Amino acid sequence: MRSIALCGNPNCGKTTLFNLYTGARQYVGNWAGVTVEKKEGVLSHGDEEIALMDLPGIYSLAPYSPEERITRDYLLQERPDVVINVVDGTNLERNLYLTLQLMELELPMVVAVGMIDAVRSQGGEIDCARLSDMLGIPVVPVSAKTGENTKKLMDTAYKLAQNRQIGYTIPYDSSTKNALVLIAAICAQNEKNRALPLQFYASMLLEEDADAQSRVSLNTGQWEQVSIIQGEYAGKVPADQRQTMLAAARYRVAEKLCGRCERITQHPDESISRRIDDILLNKYLAIPIFLGILCFVFLVVFGPAGRHLKDGMEYLLSDVVAGGARCVLDRLAAPQWIHGLLIDAVLGGVGSVLSFTPQIVLLFAFLSLMEDSGYMARAAFLMDRLLRAIGLPGKAFIPMFMGVGCTTPAVMACRTLENEKDRRLTIMLTPFMSCGARLPIYALFCTVFFQQWQGVMIFCMYLLGMLTAVVVGFLLRHTLFRGDDAPFVMELPPYRLPALGALCKHVWEKSKGFLVKAGTLILLMSVLVWILQNYNLQLDYVQDSSQSMFAGLGHLLAPVFRPLGFGNWQAAVSILAGLVAKETVVSTLTVLCGAGGLETLFTPASAVSFMVFCLLYMPCVSAFACVRREMNSTLWAVGSAALQTGVAYLVALLIYRILVLL
Amino acid sequence: MRSLDSLQPGEAGIVQMVSGKGAIRRKLVDMGVTRGTVVRVRRVAPLGDPLEVLVRGYSLTVRRGDARNIFLEGEPSNA
Repeated sequence: MRSIALCGNPNCGKTTLFNLYTGARQYVGNWAGVTVEKKEGVLSHGDEEIALMDLPGIYSLAPYSPEERITRDYLLQERPDVVINVVDGTNLERNLYLTLQLMELELPMVVAVGMIDAVRSQGGEIDCARLSDMLGIPVVPVSAKTGENTKKLMDTAYKLAQNRQIGYTIPYDSSTKNALVLIAAICAQNEKNRALPLQFYASMLLEEDADAQSRVSLNTGQWEQVSIIQGEYAGKVPADQRQTMLAAARYRVAEKLCGRCERITQHPDESISRRIDDILLNKYLAIPIFLGILCFVFLVVFGPAGRHLKDGMEYLLSDVVAGGARCVLDRLAAPQWIHGLLIDAVLGGVGSVLSFTPQIVLLFAFLSLMEDSGYMARAAFLMDRLLRAIGLPGKAFIPMFMGVGCTTPAVMACRTLENEKDRRLTIMLTPFMSCGARLPIYALFCTVFFQQWQGVMIFCMYLLGMLTAVVVGFLLRHTLFRGDDAPFVMELPPYRLPALGALCKHVWEKSKGFLVKAGTLILLMSVLVWILQNYNLQLDYVQDSSQSMFAGLGHLLAPVFRPLGFGNWQAAVSILAGLVAKETVVSTLTVLCGAGGLETLFTPASAVSFMVFCLLYMPCVSAFACVRREMNSTLWAVGSAALQTGVAYLVALLIYRILVLL
Repeated sequence: MRSLDSLQPGEAGIVQMVSGKGAIRRKLVDMGVTRGTVVRVRRVAPLGDPLEVLVRGYSLTVRRGDARNIFLEGEPSNA
C-alpha cells in the first residue's frame, strides 16, 4: 500500500484535511514510548487504497520536542511515498521555513496552501503558480473548510506517489548552497552514507546537530574538512551563533518567496484576533475573565447540570437495570453471593464508570472548545508566571482547578499539556486538590467536633490541599523531575471558530478511551474490593462485613495509624473503603461506629488528623485507573499513589503532633 | 546592548543576535527570531511575565528571562 504523510505546523488545518480524507477510517493510537497521538487512516483513490499518516504538528525538524523527533524519525526511516506539506496561508513565511527543511529530506512532496478562504477574506492573495515555480514543487491552494481543491491535492499527491519524482532544489543563497554541496560530497565519499538523504544530513552537519553527527560515518580527515567548510561559511560570525546561521538563511529564502508570491492587505493589528485579545488579555480584565470562564465550566460540569446527568445515569443503573437483574435472580432463586457479585460488584462497578461519563463528556467538550478556538494558548500565557514557581506550565492550572470537582476527569484534562514531564507532574499533583467526594468527610467530622468552625475548617482543608500540591510539586521538580523547563516559546494562534464535527469527534474519542481503557480497570478493581469486603480468608461468603478480609486488613493496618491518633480498626477500614470512592469513608464510618460513636473513637486533634489523611491519601480506584491510563504505566501510577499516601501520612502526623502539643 | 525585555509594549527593534542555551535559542530561531528580524512587544501578561511579541506577522510568547537573551540593534522605535 502506498503511503502519504501529512506534515505541517500546529494549527495549520492538517488534521481537518486528514479527517476529510479518511472520514471514519482512521485509527488513533500512541507513538511508541511517548504519549503523542499517532493518527493513521486509509483512503481510497480510484480502486487503490492509500495509507495516510497525520504527523504531529511541528515548527521545525530540530530534534528537541518529542513531536519533532517523531516526525523526523518517521520521515527519515519510513520514507513515505509522498509528503503533503500543509502550510497555513495566513502565516506563510513561518510555515515555509518548515517546507524548506522538509525539502532537504529528498522525498516527493506537494505543498498545500491551506486556509486559502481565510487569506481571501482578509483581502490577501497568494500566487501559487509562482510559488510552485520558485520551489519546483506542485503547490495547491486548498480549504478544508469549503472542500476547495481537496480532490486536486490528492490527485497531485497520488501522481507523485506513482512516479516518485523529486524535481526540486532549495533556492538557497550561493554561499549556503556551496557549503551544503561540499559537505554532501564529503559524506558521499563513504559507501555507508550513500543510502542517507545527504542534503538533510549536510544541513544538519552544518548546524552541528549532535544526532546527525552520530548517524553519519566519516573519518577524522573528513570531519576536519567539514569543520573547515563550517568555518568558511560562518566567516566572522562568533562560534556560538553558527548553529543558527542556516536557520537564518532558510528564513531569508522564505522572506524572498513571500515577497514575490504573497500580497497582504491587512496589517496584523487590524485582525479580529488582535481586537479580541485586547479584551481577553487586558491587563485588568484578563484574569477575572479567565477565572470566570473556569468557574462557569466548573459549574456546568460539576454543578447541577453535570450532577443531574450523573444522578440520572446512576438511577438508570442502580434502580432500573439492577432492579431488573434482581427480579431475574430472585426468579432463578440464585444464591446470595451471586446476587452480591452481579448486582453490587459488577453493576456497581459499571455504574461508577458510567456515572463519570457525563462529566467527562462535558469537560472535554469545554476543553476542546478552548483548545480549538485558540483560548487555551492564552490561558497558558496568563497563568505561566503563577505556576512556574512549581515548575509547571500555565496550562496546568486547568486540570488542577477541575481537581476540586472530581479527580478522575481532572486527570484526563492533563492531556492538554504537550510536554510529557509537565503532564506527569501535573497528574501526580492533581489528586491533592480536594475533590467533591471528600467534602462529606469534612462535613461529618466538623458537625461532630467543630460545629462553630465548620466553614473555616473546610476552607483550611482545601487550602492545605493546594499548599501540599505546591510544596510536593516544588520538591519533585528538584528531584525526580529535575532539568530545564520546556521552553515557553509558544505561538498565540489567531482565534478560530471551532468546527462542531471535529469537536464531537474529539469528545467521543476521549470518552471512548475512558470507558474502554480506564473503565475496564475500574470495574476489575471494584469487583476485587467487593470480594475483599464480602469474603473471609477461608473464602466463605460473610453476611457481616466486620468478618471480611477487608475488616481483617483494617485490624492489621490500625496500628500503623496509631501515631496519627486514630489507631482504631474502624478508621482503618473506612480509609480502605475510601478507595472505592472517597465518600464511602462516611458511610463506612457511620455503619461501623453507630450513632454518636465518633466521639469515642476520635479526639478533636485526631479528627483533624483523619481529615487531613483523607484529603491527601491516594485517590479512589477510578482516579487511580485514570492515572494509570494517562501515564501509560502501572509503575508510575502505583508510584504516585504511594507518594500521595506517604505525603498524607507525614502531613497528618505532623499536624496531629502539633495539635497534641498545643 | 539593548535586549528585548527592555522594550515597552508597542516598541519595536531589530534582532542583532540571540544568545542563551541551545534548546531555547534553537526554538526561538526556528520560530523566526533571526538576525535582522523586526520584533515588537505587543503586551505584557497581567502578572508581569511573559511577553507577547509580534514577529513575522504572528504572535509569539517569550518569557522575560529568555527575552533578555535577544539583543537588538539601535534605538527602539514605535513602528
